[in-house]
Amino acid sequence: MSFIVKLVAQRMALGILLLFAVSVLIFAGTQILPGDIAQAILGQSATPESLANLREQLGLNDPAYIRYFHWLGGVLTGDLGTAMSSGQDIATSIKGRLWNTLFLAFWAAVVAVPLAIILGLIAVRYRNGWVDKLISGLALASTSFPEFFIGYVLVYFFAVKWQIFPGISTVYDGMPFGERIQAIALPATALTLVVLAHMMRMTRAAILNVMQSAYVETAELKGLSAFNVIRKHAFPNAIAPIINVVMLNLAYLIVGVVVVEVIFVYPGMGQYLVDHVTKRDVPVVQAVGLIFAAVYISLNIIADIAAIVANPRLRHPK
Amino acid sequence: MTTEFERLKFRLDAGHMSRREFLGRASALGLSAAAASVLPKSAMAGEPIKGGHLKIATGNGASTDTLDPAYNANDATFLAHRHCGETLLNVTPSSDLEHRLAEEFASKDNVTWQFKIRKGVEFHNGKPVTAEDVLKTIERHSDEKSKSGARGLLTDIDRLSADGDTFKVTLKSPNADFAYYMADFHLVIQPNGGKDDPATGIAAGPYIVEANQPGVRYAFKKFPNYWDSNIGHVAESEVLVINDATARNGALQSGRVHMINLVDPKVADLLKGKPGISIKNVSGRGHYTFPMHVDTSPFDNEDLRMALKLAIDRDEMVDKILRGFGSVGNDMPVNASYPLFDTSIPQRRYDPEQAAAFYKKSGHDGTPIVLRTADSAFPGAVEAAQLFQQSAAKAGIPIEVRREPSDGYDTQVWNKQPFCASYWGGRPTQDQMYSTVYLSTAAWNDTRFKNADFDRFLMAARSELDPAKRKKNYSEMGLILRDKGGVIVPVFNDWIDAVSDKVGGFVPDPNWGLMNNMAGLKCWLVA
Repeated sequence: MSFIVKLVAQRMALGILLLFAVSVLIFAGTQILPGDIAQAILGQSATPESLANLREQLGLNDPAYIRYFHWLGGVLTGDLGTAMSSGQDIATSIKGRLWNTLFLAFWAAVVAVPLAIILGLIAVRYRNGWVDKLISGLALASTSFPEFFIGYVLVYFFAVKWQIFPGISTVYDGMPFGERIQAIALPATALTLVVLAHMMRMTRAAILNVMQSAYVETAELKGLSAFNVIRKHAFPNAIAPIINVVMLNLAYLIVGVVVVEVIFVYPGMGQYLVDHVTKRDVPVVQAVGLIFAAVYISLNIIADIAAIVANPRLRHPK
Repeated sequence: MTTEFERLKFRLDAGHMSRREFLGRASALGLSAAAASVLPKSAMAGEPIKGGHLKIATGNGASTDTLDPAYNANDATFLAHRHCGETLLNVTPSSDLEHRLAEEFASKDNVTWQFKIRKGVEFHNGKPVTAEDVLKTIERHSDEKSKSGARGLLTDIDRLSADGDTFKVTLKSPNADFAYYMADFHLVIQPNGGKDDPATGIAAGPYIVEANQPGVRYAFKKFPNYWDSNIGHVAESEVLVINDATARNGALQSGRVHMINLVDPKVADLLKGKPGISIKNVSGRGHYTFPMHVDTSPFDNEDLRMALKLAIDRDEMVDKILRGFGSVGNDMPVNASYPLFDTSIPQRRYDPEQAAAFYKKSGHDGTPIVLRTADSAFPGAVEAAQLFQQSAAKAGIPIEVRREPSDGYDTQVWNKQPFCASYWGGRPTQDQMYSTVYLSTAAWNDTRFKNADFDRFLMAARSELDPAKRKKNYSEMGLILRDKGGVIVPVFNDWIDAVSDKVGGFVPDPNWGLMNNMAGLKCWLVA
């Protein structure tokens, strides 16, 4: 057990170190963006004087490293600062957006992960038969289409033609749960279709790999049904790569859904980030970037630890 | 006369003409009774119906937006401010001034301006609107440290004062159009001028802000104490920010919203055929431009500039870039929708032979002329640059189209590179348009154009009291810019909105899309 504790501590420390490195990268990245936030905020109606005034007020005239440490100090004390463009507190506005993103990602994952794994198991059971080919074909097709295409097709049929679900997924505080679920039905479906094939194919490949082993043959020889062989003997041994790919897709559901957010007008983190990049709102971009990095790193740590825990050989290293 | 009437009727049916325009023109023909009988049922203006929940979807919003009117720069915040705020004056579709919070205004010499503030008008917080609030508002926007988009209009102010219900402005130099500045959409009158907290949305408009989620939605409910019963018909209004054009169309088609703005010309024709939806377009003052820096080689050569102006096929651009939703430009930033515009100035057309002659005369060495463009310069800017390249090639003028990233285009390319694609949204008056961009001292002189005659005509027009003489001045200025200036204005684009037939009272306004963004206040829902 102490091995696990040590492992977790080690990975967490590495993760935090990585986060610091990422924060430097993010900061450097935001510095080399062309353009200027004051100009972006005021647009064509700005005058040189109002630009100078705004730059002065936003502290854009300080050197970059001073601004970096100033920001880092704020983040460590839980203060993400205020958005340069709108003057709103970043932590407050991110909270709502992050919650929305997690809500959508959660429901997409609740549908997508079990569906992908079950489809993968079925594909293995009937491998190389028509069921396998049908499942693989459909899943690959849905992944191959770009997200915006799937989104528009869903909107066209379910929102415009049959009017079953709303085509715009604007959610707001105090919205009843049922309405909220209805609002995210289409974006969650689109996301499910996008991530499904990756997880399904990985499940199928990982289990098929194990199916070549001697102990599976033994299981078959001792008379277990095909499904029980997969469930009891193949799946537990194939779980590590499956967890890895599931975590990768979960991370994608949280940090990579900006296109789907735009199409369905969903107020999540992606759109929030893009808006602030356009406006050169550096504090917000940094904060969002850091949150995304944290999500990515922690999901990867979880995948790592889960894979080790699931594998007796790694759990008891000699 | 009958054929003229038939033509009007055709244009009305085809949606090229508003009902008001139709009635106006028909009555000019002495046919108002006949006109009324051919109006389609949906266009019959019934009495406004009170109540209901109107939903508007707009593009151009962002989660970085704020309700501080000083930063009012996109369609979403502009729409929001029309709901919750009010200005002293408004510009009507026919470019006249309408009295809003100022019930009277006057100036004897174009230097001292007096605005009498309407009595009995309340802010949403219950306080009365006073001349003092107006003074503080103008003070906040005109302050040297102000970041207001309207600050450029107010730099000429010498002194402000408030006396009883009268707000007085003294200018440093005469300006015949100063009253138009008070209709600028940044200058929403706020309690204490917004100096306490400018972004609350508490102002004197017909709707109270219920929800303010920048880049997502704004919700409004009717302000019961609003002074003008002629506007503000629906009980609740909602502005949804939908930046994706296809998603906006989808929202309208699925009945989730009642009206949308910024319809892509490419889909406007397709939407037109859908039942229950009509396209409302009106030619506006916005125009696409190709500014050349007249102080930078090779554009410092007047003959080369003329060659380029003659080498662009304006009709083709109206046809292919705007799909007919617009009109040709004449290398000046104003058109017939401006007051005091001289319509007798000849229209420049595509003339490859003359262009070739001017090009030869310019002695240009034949190296390709670099034209920078990006998708964000204006809708279809990349295609427009390519069309320009092809039409110029027919005149033997080599243009190299260089595509730049949209991100950062306004700060890195526009007003920095000597030749690029750009866009201007137009201003209520010729003076404002010219002095924002083409005056020698203009803050945004994106063609580096400096012409003493031009400046003199502009200043003279400001202090001139006789409209006929002012018109003459503007005409001279238009000609100077058209023939000597550095800007190519190929087209003026229409505002294109799409509206559900559940909406009554929609009359397009050339000042801006969605009825100068007042559709939420002026329209109503039919059962």
